[in-house]
Amino acid sequence: MRRSGLQARGGLSLRARRRLSAYGFIAPSVIILGVFLAWPMIWSLRTSFYDASQFAPPTFVGLGNYRKLLTDATFRGDLVNTLEYAAVVTPISVGLALAFALMLNRRLRGRSFFRASIFLPAVLSLGVMGIAWDFVLDPNIGLLPRWLQHAGLSLGNGVHDPNWAMAYVMFVGIWKNTGFYMVMYLAGLGTIPTDFYEAAAIDGAGPWARFRNITWPLLSNTTLFVFVIAAIASLQAFDQIFVMTRGGPFFKTETLVYLIYRKGFTDFDFGYASAAAWVLVVLVFAISLVQNFYFSRRQVKY
Amino acid sequence: MSRRVLLYAGLVLAVAVILLPVVWMVFASLKPEADITGHPAQLLPQHLTGSNYREVTRQIPFVRQFINSVIFAGGVTVFSLLFNSMTAFALARLDFPGRRVLFVAIILFLMIPYQVTLIPTYQIVAKLGLMNTFPGLIIPRATNAFGIFFLRQFFLGIPRSLDEAARIDGAGDWRIYARIILPLSTPALLTIALFDFMFNWNDLLWPLIFTTSTKMETLPAGLALFMGQHVTQYGVVMAGATLTTVPIVIAFLFVQRRFIQGIATTGLK
Repeated sequence: MRRSGLQARGGLSLRARRRLSAYGFIAPSVIILGVFLAWPMIWSLRTSFYDASQFAPPTFVGLGNYRKLLTDATFRGDLVNTLEYAAVVTPISVGLALAFALMLNRRLRGRSFFRASIFLPAVLSLGVMGIAWDFVLDPNIGLLPRWLQHAGLSLGNGVHDPNWAMAYVMFVGIWKNTGFYMVMYLAGLGTIPTDFYEAAAIDGAGPWARFRNITWPLLSNTTLFVFVIAAIASLQAFDQIFVMTRGGPFFKTETLVYLIYRKGFTDFDFGYASAAAWVLVVLVFAISLVQNFYFSRRQVKY
Repeated sequence: MSRRVLLYAGLVLAVAVILLPVVWMVFASLKPEADITGHPAQLLPQHLTGSNYREVTRQIPFVRQFINSVIFAGGVTVFSLLFNSMTAFALARLDFPGRRVLFVAIILFLMIPYQVTLIPTYQIVAKLGLMNTFPGLIIPRATNAFGIFFLRQFFLGIPRSLDEAARIDGAGDWRIYARIILPLSTPALLTIALFDFMFNWNDLLWPLIFTTSTKMETLPAGLALFMGQHVTQYGVVMAGATLTTVPIVIAFLFVQRRFIQGIATTGLK
């Protein structure tokens, strides 16, 4: 029998002992991730091919649930809502976050206060604060509509207005996450060496030229990270919709996750809910891959 | 000069809008019911009252649910800090067969919406007889892909020469992990601890699904169920909301600076 590596006194080779130690480090996480994440994922994929509910034994239906999704007008509406929500909320949150980060990256009186205030929503419960927003935005008793009225602006008929409901939940979604992305951008800005700017100033570059040629390209890694996180979070919108509109009016604000929740935990149609969940998984994966591909080709190293 | 004024005006307006619901929540919790729904809408309370707070502690087992929240969010934070940092250390520093596979799996898990696994996880926890128990609430969350990824990135930024020096002095993996890597990672560990704590403290769906008795619920879940039954008691709901929010805001104010520093030094590049 051939043995490789050093032979240690205990009988195990040094390499084997190293490996054993490494497996000791990863064991708790691997077991928990395996039992409560990997296995449930496989199980939900399997369930998506079954007609399964809380009360009856599951029967195999093949692609039946997916076929049902394709012909279900509610599902198609939810898919459009989800994509619309992500397409609006992601760029606005990331754009605002970058703007705030640029504003607060300079010396400024009250900088800590501004940073902390803008970040604050990130630590608050979206479910709880959704209710507060619901009141503040209410067309009858809300403060914001009353103030805007003085400025001659209208916010429609509140969350029960089919034309406005989506805008309301989008607004609250942007409110929740912008500060978090701002902090990531501040971190990114902190890694840019200041001598780049000094050199540009000597060359006579204006603020826009400095942003365009130094800040933006050197932030591309941060932007990749923030964009992916923001898009994934947007695709999973649920909490504020649950407390503000319950997906209504007329399913105008129902997202994929809301559909999964409704089908899974109020209708107990586990098979259908699992199929919808896997559409979400594919969507999230696709967007991550596209973004990774797009950004990796123009990644900047310095 | 005028650009500076414009900058301040923009920031003040933005902060006013951002803080509006928080300020409104606190004021509404101190108002009598008639003032909240009265016309025209007012931000500042006209009459102060503590009755909303008395009512919310009378109508839900508030202290019990507060303790539940602390045990749940605190337990998840402690265990995930330990397990995530161990795995992150192995990924950043140790060489073992399967390391690449594990890292790719972590990246994939990062992208999994947790709602997808909710139904099977519910069935597993029920089968293990862990419904309505702290282990049932805590164990499935005792590690997470985001924490592992985040800490791995940070550990990679710590110079290898430090642990090589320790290794020459005869230190083993555990010693290097506990005596070199962890102490040098305090900002990252604090950051991820606050992430875990606030996410679980605020989370609604998880405790709602894995607890069925009022005595095991966490604050947000207890409040949500209370809200479902007493929609009209706005002031009472806002008093509960305020009490749920205050601990997390205090925790945030305490670690705010290190938190932001933690994200800043965690090499998101």
